[in-house]
Amino acid sequence: MTDAAAQALRPRAEAEAARLAPLLARADHLAGTVLLGEHGRRRAGQGDDFWQYRPVQQGDSRGMIDWRRSARSDAEFVRQREWQIAQSVMLWVDPAASMRFASDPGLPEKADRARLLALAIAVCLVRGGERVGLTGTALPPRRGQAQLSRLGLALAEDSVEDYASPDMAGLLAQGRALLVSDFMGDLDGVRHALTQAADRGVRGVVYQVLDPAEEAFPYRGRTVFESMGGTLTHETLKAGDLRDRYLARLAERKDALVSLCNATGWRYGLHHTGDSAQSALLWLYRALDQGAR
Amino acid sequence: MLGPLAFAAPWLLLALAALPILWLILRAVPPAPIRRRFPGVALLLGLSDDDTVTDRTPWWLLLLRMLAVAAIIIGLAGPILNPRADGEAASGAPLLIVTDASWASARDWSAQVSVIDELLADASRSGRAAAILDLGDPEPPRFQAAETVRARLPGLAPSPWVPTPDRYAVAAGMLDENAVETRWISDGLDHAGRATLLEALEARGPVTVHESPRAILALRPAALSDGMVDLTALRARPGPARDITVNAHGLDPAGVPRVLATLPMTFEADAAQTTGSLSLPPELRARITRFEIAGASQAGAVTLTDDGLKRREVALIAGREEREELELLSPLHYLEQAFAPSADLIEGSLMDVLPANPDVIVLADVATLSNAEETALSEWIDAGGLLLRFAGPRVAASDVSRRQEAPLMPVRLRAGGRTVGGAMSWGDPKTLAPFPEGSPFQGLAIPGDVTVSAQVMAQPDPTLSERVIAQLGDGTPLVTRKRIGTGQVVLFHVTANAEWSTLPLSGLFVQMLERLAAASAVTPPDAAELAGTTWQPSRVLDAFGRLDDAGTRPGIPGEALLDAPLGPDLLPGLYDGPDRSVARNVIAADTTLAPATWPARIPVDGLARAPEQPLGGWLLAAALILLTADIVASLALSGRLGVGRAARTATGVALALCLGLAAPQTARAQDNDARAIEATSEVVLAHVLTRNDQVDRAARAGLRGLGRTLTFRTTVEPAEPIGVDLERDELAFYPILYWPITTDQPVPSGDAYAKLNTYLRSGGMIVFDTRDADIAGFGASSPNGARLQRLAEPLDIPPLEPVPDDHVLTRTFYLLNDFPGRHQGRDVWVEAAPPDAERIEGMPFRNLNDGVTPVVIGGNDWASAWAVDERGNPLFSVGRGYAGERQREMAYRFGVNLVMHVLTGNYKSDQVHVPALLDRLGQ
Repeated sequence: MTDAAAQALRPRAEAEAARLAPLLARADHLAGTVLLGEHGRRRAGQGDDFWQYRPVQQGDSRGMIDWRRSARSDAEFVRQREWQIAQSVMLWVDPAASMRFASDPGLPEKADRARLLALAIAVCLVRGGERVGLTGTALPPRRGQAQLSRLGLALAEDSVEDYASPDMAGLLAQGRALLVSDFMGDLDGVRHALTQAADRGVRGVVYQVLDPAEEAFPYRGRTVFESMGGTLTHETLKAGDLRDRYLARLAERKDALVSLCNATGWRYGLHHTGDSAQSALLWLYRALDQGAR
Repeated sequence: MLGPLAFAAPWLLLALAALPILWLILRAVPPAPIRRRFPGVALLLGLSDDDTVTDRTPWWLLLLRMLAVAAIIIGLAGPILNPRADGEAASGAPLLIVTDASWASARDWSAQVSVIDELLADASRSGRAAAILDLGDPEPPRFQAAETVRARLPGLAPSPWVPTPDRYAVAAGMLDENAVETRWISDGLDHAGRATLLEALEARGPVTVHESPRAILALRPAALSDGMVDLTALRARPGPARDITVNAHGLDPAGVPRVLATLPMTFEADAAQTTGSLSLPPELRARITRFEIAGASQAGAVTLTDDGLKRREVALIAGREEREELELLSPLHYLEQAFAPSADLIEGSLMDVLPANPDVIVLADVATLSNAEETALSEWIDAGGLLLRFAGPRVAASDVSRRQEAPLMPVRLRAGGRTVGGAMSWGDPKTLAPFPEGSPFQGLAIPGDVTVSAQVMAQPDPTLSERVIAQLGDGTPLVTRKRIGTGQVVLFHVTANAEWSTLPLSGLFVQMLERLAAASAVTPPDAAELAGTTWQPSRVLDAFGRLDDAGTRPGIPGEALLDAPLGPDLLPGLYDGPDRSVARNVIAADTTLAPATWPARIPVDGLARAPEQPLGGWLLAAALILLTADIVASLALSGRLGVGRAARTATGVALALCLGLAAPQTARAQDNDARAIEATSEVVLAHVLTRNDQVDRAARAGLRGLGRTLTFRTTVEPAEPIGVDLERDELAFYPILYWPITTDQPVPSGDAYAKLNTYLRSGGMIVFDTRDADIAGFGASSPNGARLQRLAEPLDIPPLEPVPDDHVLTRTFYLLNDFPGRHQGRDVWVEAAPPDAERIEGMPFRNLNDGVTPVVIGGNDWASAWAVDERGNPLFSVGRGYAGERQREMAYRFGVNLVMHVLTGNYKSDQVHVPALLDRLGQ
């Protein structure tokens, strides 16, 4: 690396780090408020929950055999407990340009809200002892506070393309996943990702984050619509006339996502940037929680 | 010319013909598209428009633009309203402006001046000489360049009188023989003698009259009848019915001028005058200084009041009246008869009547007065009261003023008095000698049948002769007087009834009392009475009806005061005489108003001349406004302007345009409101701004850290802390004020301290933190401690004591033994427990502090221990290692306890009684 490039990298890295700090702080704060209500719910019983008895398999040590249960029958059983191993939760937050949209200066960008929620849920999960990482190969799930900083840095990366699809490489079997996006792009990528995940026993939550303007389509008059990256354009003479058809397509897309989720055992959630982040976090937390049980 | 409209450049109007072409062009061009970023465009791809026709500009927008363009074209063509026809004053003769300039002109004075100004401007343009003849105080007209005359115009003012025939004649004599064109600015009233001047002027050239058609109102002097104040208002031109309001002005008891009473009056249709009467209590009536028709603002509508409206208050006090005797023998009967027509009588004991501050107190045969009465009476006399004493058997028998002169007696008295002309004495009853020179009674005729048969005798003293104001034929004093301060004591050496003399039976008695100003005359003074006196003006009225100080104006001889016409030498106003004041008003009781009548040959103009008005500017401004509206409408139409944002923008623009200078205050007020809402919608911890940035930041960070701790650990979830400026901000919103002490912070103002004290009394808590760990040794040893003493001095702080072990602050949330902050373990001071607080048997705590301590004073620098940055990391180190963290934790616990204490009061203290209460209930 040349000196000049190194010199250029440093301020950029600092700028990124500066962006990270408030995001992490906000996520921390948000997670703190959620934890209040659920505090101490599961910590004490961790690893003690009975899960199931299963027959002894090749490779189990004798110490793992539950003698009491085995004594009641002829076969030997191993008592499995829940939470003896931490879950791996993999996050994917759409880094595409379409997420950097806010219809009103008073509203956060979709990307901002999505990252906040993802990081806050990561904080919650890390506090709960889970391992959190990103899908793809960039950041495999780990536990600990340091992972949160790495997550924050990784989440802050923007992509220049207009729409993105989740990268499901390196997905750990039987893990959990959270996909946060506006799902405005091609649904095939999502479909592929979900089926791939379902194949590996991964379940999770598809979380769609939309701007209120995207739900309302409050535009009129002669308009040229451009995608955030500028690659797609659509010109109309009367934007108001398109509203109904646009809304129908949006509903269709949501339906497609829901049915996709149903087929693969995932959960679907919808959040608008105009709504409270806290309730969204609560919902997400419960949704991931139920998926885990 | 189109009626009253003319154009400077009429050919420009041809451009209006191009408007239809513009219409077609604008109609053909659709509005430009907006480029809009929208992630959902992916969903739009492939959707086609149903209607392939472009959105056209709507007709109303086109109309708006057309109107704007038309306004520009017409505006540039230079339209003028009321164009002045040239050559109106073509004659080259000099211009003579004659103005009545009387009080009746005052109301329309500005209009008259502007007419004169315009006339002079015209004359100046045509190069004519001009002069002004002011009939209020005529001087020979000197013709000068019109501009020169115009420069002196501001010095022209109406006079508070009307021109007399003499003055008209004088003015006519001042004219020279040259031809002049005359403009007469009339005051609208008919004045005798005006014809002479008019004739003289007509002989020299044309005369035009300018006159306001508005009716002139006037008010006659107020008169008193049967205790009611009668007022008569006049108007010069009878016309339709009209309501007016007459205000009575005067000083209120605090000495502030204000309207004391109002009287609505109505002119019937075609009536030239109307009357009304006002019923007022005497005290209020005496305060009235003038009546004024509301809104008339000229001297004729003002009438000053003098002593005529006042009725004296006379207190009559007799010696003990336990005797049952005939009414006619009562010592007060004759006095009552003498005073009743002209004065209000007060009866009661001396100490009861003194607070009513009567003008005169009569003591009939009262000898001794208690010390308190004597002191009070002396003060009252000093302030101008008149004490009128009558002798009698008791005075004669008492020792009052025997050895030395009593303060409230004019002379020393001999024991016993004397009786003359009785059955057991020699000589005849004595008659009165003529009143001596300098006596107030001088000049009164003495009836022959007034005799004195008994009297108390004055002891001969060096001062006696100057105190005698009436004596008997043999030279013995009958009435003596002594001045005390601004008041006086007068002693009649006889009784007030007919026992000792026949004086009370005669008319002379009443006259003497009147002369003593005891019975002030309600009737106006007559000329004979005024002869030879000099009256000093005290307040004078100008033409606009305003009262000014008379300054050093010379006195007026009494003969002239009532009858002489008003003029420069005799201004309307209030004149002070020896013992009374007389008001000379513009309108006398018999004045009538008549509108001016002019011969038919004289043209009469109004004052209002429609001025030439160029309309071009207005039209161009209208075009600008239309174009602005067009911009907003176009933006709104093409969707570039969200409706909400449009409203906001419009509001902003309107605010900026309309409010102008008022905007900062409004912004400030909104700011205050926003702040109040912010402070009250959640619990907010506040700190006092010390103007030291570092300390303020630490305090803010500290409260933020404390708030975060509270949020995580308790149900209290404070919002972001707020810094409070004691001078500006309302304190009532904050449950707790953290006040770090710095040596250089300014001492708050008195207002701020008042706010702080209110705050403390109404349940607020201030935490003083000297931040130097050195308060407790009784403070003043450190600079911050000294500053704290200085700052807290004006505060309403109760007695303090170091926090006792059983104070509720030690157990509102956590159980605490000490209260460390960044520093460890100094004493913290709170409101002292009441001395009678005792430990109840079986209770761990004393029963005390039924309330929240209003102050907590310490020096442990808690804010620094609490302080965290945005991410929740501590800002300052506390102690070392684990012990330091423990100390920080304790500081947080103290903070939690503190906030809990403020928010829950003695709730936790009461909690300890619960077992006892349950125990009792169980029984």
